[in-house]
Amino acid sequence: MNVVVFGCGRTGAILSLQLAAAGHRVTIIEQNAEALKRLGYRHNCQIVIGSGIDEDILHKAGLAEADAFFALTRGDNSNIMASQIARLKYKVPHICLRVADPNRAEAYRKMGYFTINPSALIAGMMRDWISEEPYQSIDAYNVLPKEMEL
Amino acid sequence: MYLVLVGGGNVGLQLAKRLIARGHEVLLLEKDSRQAQRLSAVLGEESVYLGDGCEIRTQKDAGFGRADIVCAVTGEDEDNLVVCQMAKTVWNVERVLARVNDPSHEQIFREIGIDDTVSATAIIFSLLEQQISMDELIPVGALAKGNIEVVEAMLGPRSPVVGKRVRDIVLPPSTNLVWLLRDDHGYGVGGDTDLQSGDTLVALVPRERAQELRDLLCPAKVDVPRPQ
Repeated sequence: MNVVVFGCGRTGAILSLQLAAAGHRVTIIEQNAEALKRLGYRHNCQIVIGSGIDEDILHKAGLAEADAFFALTRGDNSNIMASQIARLKYKVPHICLRVADPNRAEAYRKMGYFTINPSALIAGMMRDWISEEPYQSIDAYNVLPKEMEL
Repeated sequence: MYLVLVGGGNVGLQLAKRLIARGHEVLLLEKDSRQAQRLSAVLGEESVYLGDGCEIRTQKDAGFGRADIVCAVTGEDEDNLVVCQMAKTVWNVERVLARVNDPSHEQIFREIGIDDTVSATAIIFSLLEQQISMDELIPVGALAKGNIEVVEAMLGPRSPVVGKRVRDIVLPPSTNLVWLLRDDHGYGVGGDTDLQSGDTLVALVPRERAQELRDLLCPAKVDVPRPQ
């Protein structure tokens, strides 16, 4: 598979290295060259320096031929915008984005985007661990406490 | 009219000032507390709200639900996109307006349903282009349904139509020269109109004939990229 990963933070670096090790063709878009040090010096990923909401950069990263796009930067809105460009302009079949704000994550999930909210995921896993329950599905973890619903 | 503006930079402040002076109910959202304080001192506390306009909770507290217009004018296109998209999909705000800094983003804004965008970059670029490009056909607008372009052409001294009357030149089919600007005066164009160097012509042309019109009025030159 051709995979494009936007954001080489901890999550982006781990995912890219794992997918590259599994034989996928991985291209990473990252604005800050310093962040690429996370990959070590012997990785198999292509690098494009720039912003994932810049259409020239997305084009250069090969979005037109991508099978999957991951938007994993710290900026919720950059992830949201890049994912929508990937879907609407480049018709990328698999798109996954990270959104830190649980309510905003919910809104884009409703629009059909596979949206991961790390806080809900981690909290759910911790809750199951201390309750000695088996780990559940992402959908189960995405259910927010009533107090946080708007 | 209740207007919510998101982004308390210079654009947001100047807009808020003018809208308040017109008597509208205006709320300006700013996420930086120091900047929000400065804005409050100028606009009054009742017109400024401290919070991230991209967050649904803030949007709820700021009254997006009863807003007539939501206008996103931060310096970040991704923030303006999310504000407007939330206003439309979550709060059913009828009219949203987004500032777009990178003109190439206007297409994605339109595709997700944000029809009203303003790009200062595109406006300044097109003004600059008019200043620097004689002998060029400048798109002024498009009539969407008829596939017709409204274009402006300034005739340089080398234009092959300079010195001719309109009746003596052969225009592409279905093309009309409608207006002529000469020495800051506008004239209707008729068959007897003499074309001079320095004239600016406004023409209606079918999109697929625009190149033909360009070849006729403006001799080939270096191509200047045009804004979207």
